[in-house]
Amino acid sequence: MSSTVLFRRGRVIDPRNGVDGVRDVLVRDGKVVEVSETLLPVPSSAEVVDATGKWVLPGFIDLHVHLREPGEEGKETVLTGCRAAVAGGFTAVVAMPNTKVVNDNAMVTELVLNRARAAGLCHVYPAGAITKGLKGEELAEMGELVSAGCVAITDDGRPVMNASLMRRTLQYATQFDVPVMVHEEDLTLSAGGAMHEGTTSTRLGLRGIPASAEVAMVARDLVLLEETKGRLHVAHVSCEGSVRLIREAKRSGLRVTCEVAPHHFILDDRAVGDYDTHAKMAPPLRADTDVQALREALVDGTVDAIATDHAPHGVLDKQVEFEKGINGIVGLETALGLTLELVHAGVLTANRAVELLTHGPAKAFGLPGGHLAPGAPADVTVVDPDAEWTVDAHQFHSRSRNTPFHGRKQKGLVIQTWVAGHKVFDKGQVGQSKESR
Amino acid sequence: MRHLLGIEGWRRDELESLLDRAKAHLPGAPDTTHLLRGKVVANLFFEDSTRTRTSFHMAAKGLGASVLNWTHTGSSVSKGETLLDTARNIEATGPVAIVMRHRSSGAPHLVAKHVKCAVINAGDGTHEHPSQALLDAFTLRQRWGSLDGRTVLIVGDVLHSRVARSNLHCLKALGARVVMCGPPTLIPPGLESLGAEVTHNLDAALPRADAVMCLRVQLERQEQAFLPSTREYARLFGLNAAREERMKAGAVVMHPGPINRGVELAPAVADGARSVILEQVSNGVAVRRAILEVCTA
Ligand SMILES: [Zn+2]
Repeated sequence: MSSTVLFRRGRVIDPRNGVDGVRDVLVRDGKVVEVSETLLPVPSSAEVVDATGKWVLPGFIDLHVHLREPGEEGKETVLTGCRAAVAGGFTAVVAMPNTKVVNDNAMVTELVLNRARAAGLCHVYPAGAITKGLKGEELAEMGELVSAGCVAITDDGRPVMNASLMRRTLQYATQFDVPVMVHEEDLTLSAGGAMHEGTTSTRLGLRGIPASAEVAMVARDLVLLEETKGRLHVAHVSCEGSVRLIREAKRSGLRVTCEVAPHHFILDDRAVGDYDTHAKMAPPLRADTDVQALREALVDGTVDAIATDHAPHGVLDKQVEFEKGINGIVGLETALGLTLELVHAGVLTANRAVELLTHGPAKAFGLPGGHLAPGAPADVTVVDPDAEWTVDAHQFHSRSRNTPFHGRKQKGLVIQTWVAGHKVFDKGQVGQSKESR
Repeated sequence: MRHLLGIEGWRRDELESLLDRAKAHLPGAPDTTHLLRGKVVANLFFEDSTRTRTSFHMAAKGLGASVLNWTHTGSSVSKGETLLDTARNIEATGPVAIVMRHRSSGAPHLVAKHVKCAVINAGDGTHEHPSQALLDAFTLRQRWGSLDGRTVLIVGDVLHSRVARSNLHCLKALGARVVMCGPPTLIPPGLESLGAEVTHNLDAALPRADAVMCLRVQLERQEQAFLPSTREYARLFGLNAAREERMKAGAVVMHPGPINRGVELAPAVADGARSVILEQVSNGVAVRRAILEVCTA
């Protein structure tokens, strides 16, 4: 296994370091050594990757992934989730704690980290629960979780409905300087709802979830954030009102970051069509005006990261009445193509798109990687920007196939993924895990 | 074979030919028991509805079909059998049509994707109730000949009403103007883009209407804070004798039943000269025969 790799003549887009142009990138022993405008000599024993016509990017970082292990290994495991991640160009993922043994203590954190180490594919950063058992009642031992390796704390999947508890969470977390990641949903406003409240829910006769269910909670938490001087990360922002509040809060200097999922900036509530449960998620697909607002927020810097909210589910969870259908879609293997749709449509520059997948998320959570300066981790994603392909859920490396994007034409494909200087994905094939290497 | 999952998506000419066909099934018309002789129609009711189920039962019998009645009580649903399992089991008995009532909006759409026979929606959640809308339209056509240029005022809990949605699509397709009226908590967003006018003032809307269709008030809505009380509802949106007097000459009163007397409709109005409620019921069987005939053709 070569430990020196030379990426030759690719278009290197590295927003953090202001690089966008044809470069050679030399990596050795897991680190970037040199990024050069001129041709570099090929070191002996180096593996050379001819990247002519390709993009050479910092590895993508997904702040919001559900790996389902422990507890629902039939939907996904740390291993299969990592395979899906590297197939999608992600070299790091943050694993949500709402597994079927909740990650609210160091044992679960360590289990996830051990499984990730055994998989040997990408970096997995666990997020710990805010409250024990995600019950929204008592704080989990945040200090223990952080020292075991959790990079954020969140009750994702559920909001913290108790405002006083949320206030204490933000206060308490300041001593560890981890972001408090929030799923914003006022359950009294969303109760019984199956999709966004709007013309489509009216047409379909489905109980709607008003945008205010999210916006009201964002407003509450920004008020608490200002008071506590804490650090807040708003997960899967879905509507115009939320981005407006977050934009203002950022301007006034609050430590707030946020992410948007590709499905929320690509699809609107009409995608529910005739009760397609593959378009059912929380927060729901919103109105087209919300989609426009999210796109503007991606452009103007209000949004820090594109995160997939990769949520694997089985066929039987979706092949039911819409109201009974379980929320969520898989996202790791479609994120790049959907993001590039915005680039091809002229909404985002390539540079900004890459920033939202790399440096943006790294900075939001204080994670390593996300750029390619000398000394940075040799986490590299090679993309063919012109490759045209069609999403085929049956070909996913994820264990689940729940996506509304099956059959969608895409332009722009992940060719290779490198983690710490090791090739873990190459033209459709996931590399062997370290375990079996 | 075609499904009747909702009125939405049906063209005017298709609706008109179905309604024309229903005339051939009115009492006194020639015998039609040969049409589905030897065939099975499955009634799949996950929600109690004696009226609709009986009406479809009689319709199927009138076409010579045998009827398989399946109701959720004591069934395997409680044992975790999915809707699709149930539908596939019913399909295995070889029906030409599944007539289905379900409390989830869209449930018939799911079944229709997975079975080969016709699926007829007999009411799904708060989505559509197409056979009700067709019998309403049939009743109005009997009166007026054509619905072109007529104004139908639909009053009440539009948010939860499948009757309102089906009627909106049906009446619009047949050329009528539809005005929806109710308290703002029970009027869902976006009705205008579906083609309705919306008002919260019954007294202002009433004199323009050629027909007033009262929707049933679900009494539990009061507990969910959609309404302060049924008393207040009756005061603001109930069709009482004083309001009836301000209706257009010849305008009719409709109700899909069962009526909460004294809430959405005063007894004197329900039984009064403008009421076509009993005609609605008796037209139900003829219209449902036409639906079964058209969908299984
Ligand atoms: Zn999530």
